[in-house]
Amino acid sequence: MTSVTIATGIVARNVCKSFGDHVVLDDVSLTVEEGTILALLGPNGAGKTTMVRILSTLIPADAGSARIVGHEVFADPDGVRAVIGVTGQFSAVDNLLTGRENLQLMADLRHLDRETGHRRVNELLERFELADAADESLSAYSGGMRRRLDLAMTLVDQPRVIFLDEPTTGLDPRSRRTMWQIIRELATAGVTILLTTQYLDEADQLADRIAVLDQGRIVAEGTPAELKDRIPGGHVRLHFADAHLLRSASELLPAAAPDQDQLVLQVAADGSVDSLRDLLDELDRARISVERLSIHTPDLDDVFFAVTGSHVSTELDGDPTPEGASTS
Amino acid sequence: MTTLASTFNDSRVMLRRNLKHQLRYPSMTVMLIGLPIVLLLLFVYVFGGQLGAGLAVHGGRDAYLTYVVPGLLLITVASAVQGTSIMVAMDMTGGIIDRFRTMAIARGSVLTGHVLGSLIQTLVAVAVLVGVAFALGFRSSAGVVGWLAAIGILTLFAFALIWLAVALGLAAKSVETASNTPMILFMVLFLSSAFVATATMPTGLRWFAEVQPFTPVADTLRGLLTGTAVGDHAMAAIAWSIGIAVVAYLWAISLYNRRRAAEQR
Repeated sequence: MTSVTIATGIVARNVCKSFGDHVVLDDVSLTVEEGTILALLGPNGAGKTTMVRILSTLIPADAGSARIVGHEVFADPDGVRAVIGVTGQFSAVDNLLTGRENLQLMADLRHLDRETGHRRVNELLERFELADAADESLSAYSGGMRRRLDLAMTLVDQPRVIFLDEPTTGLDPRSRRTMWQIIRELATAGVTILLTTQYLDEADQLADRIAVLDQGRIVAEGTPAELKDRIPGGHVRLHFADAHLLRSASELLPAAAPDQDQLVLQVAADGSVDSLRDLLDELDRARISVERLSIHTPDLDDVFFAVTGSHVSTELDGDPTPEGASTS
Repeated sequence: MTTLASTFNDSRVMLRRNLKHQLRYPSMTVMLIGLPIVLLLLFVYVFGGQLGAGLAVHGGRDAYLTYVVPGLLLITVASAVQGTSIMVAMDMTGGIIDRFRTMAIARGSVLTGHVLGSLIQTLVAVAVLVGVAFALGFRSSAGVVGWLAAIGILTLFAFALIWLAVALGLAAKSVETASNTPMILFMVLFLSSAFVATATMPTGLRWFAEVQPFTPVADTLRGLLTGTAVGDHAMAAIAWSIGIAVVAYLWAISLYNRRRAAEQR
């Protein structure tokens, strides 16, 4: 990765940041090639938002360096601000203005001339399906509409690099898919995107490369396929009728991980028919009846588990915990 | 675009944004303009008969109306800057300020927009109040020059208090705090020569009333509009205004920058 050219989208080297005694980013380096999507994946409190805030010139880093399309983030923040767009976790819209006025405000602040500004605003309203509500106050907007407007505001001046901090947190599944579609179109159009997410499927769906951030350190990096390759095989989940059977099975297969609450035993397996037959034969011989089983091929959660030793929640919880709130 | 041109453009855009806010949030605008009118009616029709009798000129209600109009002009300013403080705090506690900070826009244009927007709102409120005062029978002995001088003094003082309100809005942790702290201005205003002559106050209070900034401003406005002696009040009013403006401006900028540097995650 040392042969990076100057114009590459985002290059961060050895970025460190602490708040008081609390180390939030510990020597983080990452590269996002022009026109690609990098997903910064990690649980709440991993330091994702802090990284975005540093790269988008909102806060200084304690150490390290970063360049956005060749502009030094710390030496030339205004140069960076001219080429980036940021859509944060919490909507950065003006609640007292209409959707159209919000977009026009961005056009005016980006110094677009009158005609270009109007055209751009109308284009974005159409593209983000906000044209019908364009002249309504934001109090009439749903969560999904606000998020779309938020992103549309970021795109008024066609930035070359976009930071999306948890762009779908708190959105319903349909709005989430719409947002994914928009993000894919942006990358196709050549925009460099750094996206943070705590959702594995989101990273898997959107990203060209994924960097896994855990407690301020990058613990794994690669394409979704490369990361999945790091896990040798999947596992089989055996469901039992009662705790007694689970205990017997657990004694028989000491390497497997039991889950007492769900009465499930998780056994490593490569997914081949032979290994499955062997497993079932062994249980049969011990007269342990299995209620049902499910076969699990490796996914990013396994990767995450393998590199950090803990699982990431894949569920959409509608109530995002702010970054930095301590969840382990 | 040059730095100067972009500063001008961005401040103009922010000003327009603030003026739109005032129109979109009419309940506050109406309250800020309405409060001084209600107080004017209260002072003239409820207190005016009694207070007028105590004036040096031994007038009645009409004489008190003449006396109290400068005081109500200052109430109007104090009321309007409360809105400034609220609007600034609303901006700082919302998400939009982070968006502005990641854009290449002129530093401070957000604050400039607030200051100019509030100044316009204040002058509109002042014009409405003067209109009502005339309707109630207020008559000024001032000519064009006198009015211009009075407007100048009032604008300068309003400018100073608006910067103070911006600083208070920036210092406030919440919108509620930002709406409460400017109340102190009303308290100080009541302890001045705005409503009664300081000579009628007990010694300690009189001392305070005579050294604080509202008194010279009120006396200057009264002198310019109704022909009483201006004396060195005008110099004191101008000095106070410039002093408050400079200190409040520096305080506001430092709060704005500190907020930026000490940003939480």
